[in-house]
Amino acid sequence: MIVASNLTKRYPGGLEAVRDVSFTIKSGQMALISGHSGAGKTTLVKLMASIERPTSGSLVVNGQNLATLRTSALPYVRRHFGLIFQDQKLLFDRSALDNVLLPLNIAGLSRRDAIRRAQAALDKVGLLPREKANPIALSGGEQQRLAIARAVVNRPTVLLADEPTANLDAESASAILDLFIDFHRVGVTVVLATHDQSWIERCHPNVLRLDHGRLL
Amino acid sequence: MSAWLTQHRAALAAAFRRLSSAPLSTLLSLLAIGIALTLPAAGYVLLDNLRELGNRASGVKQISVFMDIGASRKDSNDIENRLREINKLSGNLNWRFVPREEALQRLQKTEGMAEIVASLPRNPLPDAFIVEPQDSEPAALEALGQTLSAWPKVAHVQLDSAWAKRFSAFLRLGRLALTLLAGLFAAGLVAVTFNTIRLQVMAQAAEIEVARMIGATDAFIRRPFYYYGALQGALGGLLAAALVLGGLRLLAAPVSELATLYGAAFTLHAPLGQGIAALTLGGALLGWLGAQLSVSLSLRQVG
Repeated sequence: MIVASNLTKRYPGGLEAVRDVSFTIKSGQMALISGHSGAGKTTLVKLMASIERPTSGSLVVNGQNLATLRTSALPYVRRHFGLIFQDQKLLFDRSALDNVLLPLNIAGLSRRDAIRRAQAALDKVGLLPREKANPIALSGGEQQRLAIARAVVNRPTVLLADEPTANLDAESASAILDLFIDFHRVGVTVVLATHDQSWIERCHPNVLRLDHGRLL
Repeated sequence: MSAWLTQHRAALAAAFRRLSSAPLSTLLSLLAIGIALTLPAAGYVLLDNLRELGNRASGVKQISVFMDIGASRKDSNDIENRLREINKLSGNLNWRFVPREEALQRLQKTEGMAEIVASLPRNPLPDAFIVEPQDSEPAALEALGQTLSAWPKVAHVQLDSAWAKRFSAFLRLGRLALTLLAGLFAAGLVAVTFNTIRLQVMAQAAEIEVARMIGATDAFIRRPFYYYGALQGALGGLLAAALVLGGLRLLAAPVSELATLYGAAFTLHAPLGQGIAALTLGGALLGWLGAQLSVSLSLRQVG
């Protein structure tokens, strides 16, 4: 469960990207953060992923208040999330499989178990035949699916995605959304930040509408 | 525990991979580290050999005890008993009695002295003892010399303490100079590792950023760099040990030949297991230190 109370994020220089936002996302729910460019969607996702710390207010994820958590504890909290970025943040100096192995190496899994789980994740997103390919050789849709495989390989309780289909054609975007719906069906909390209103009709999520950092 | 071990194994493997992925750059770094460690290490070995050579040199730690010209053999026996007692207490004394007759015979054999000795109405030389303590420190030699000169029927005690002092001061100076040199080269080694690791951190900025976002701890990110630094330092230390041993091997025969020409038996001794281990461990520690400094600074820059 994610509970935000009077959550505010002010950047140095005074820009308030998120202002006094309160909401609740229940476990296993699918939520959509919508809003125009600059509305504060990315900042809200980063706050939930504990990449950014709130300036004020509280943000409780799975019983832990991220606003007051020690910095040294944050990496362990982040492992409960599967993060998907708009620009994927894939590593182009290694294969698709090695990209998916990274979270498992961080978790300290044995090489054999890690490979088994990474291949299962690649299979889930339809990329197992391309496990040895360098991400640079993959299409935009495939790169995003690879990013999803990396996000889910550690079996996260919450999947956070920031504009995951922003640079994709309609067909690829639809395939990506199908994957999120699949994960939601098996009980994963899915939070998607997008400006694509068509998603609301497809998956009937809990919608958080942002405008200039405020929740409408 | 198993996860911890797995991560350390993975970090070590990653360090090996990074070392082998750029063989030329690795080789150049190892050469720089190896040479930086070779110079002070070779200096220490040579100084150690010099100390050994100095201790062996005739007269350096010998004390000559000359009896009164009128001293009887009984007086000499008395001195010998006293020396025996000192040896019983400290156990580190050798001596040899040189009767006045033997001293005269030796003098006679010296070139140009035979006729002079033959013209003497009587033997002018006294009985003497050549005393050689194990402890060659100038202060210890002087203290022993004072004790001996206070004994009855001892006319004169001669020790070359000035030479011993000079030699000891030279060794001290050599050690100090080498320590300074070692400090300087150690700083150089740290700098080489610092720079290598800094470049690696910059090259892997993307991976570090992603790893942090998906839950990597600082320790996880730093570990491969620490292993890399320590490994590079250790290999540099091994290279330095190999260079020192190789150099000593080349020098061994000419040095022995030279020593033989001077009527001495001397061979260069090389550092054994302990010395090699010290060089390897020292290199690893310095490499780790360079990595530690570099990672701390570079990670702040990476964000």
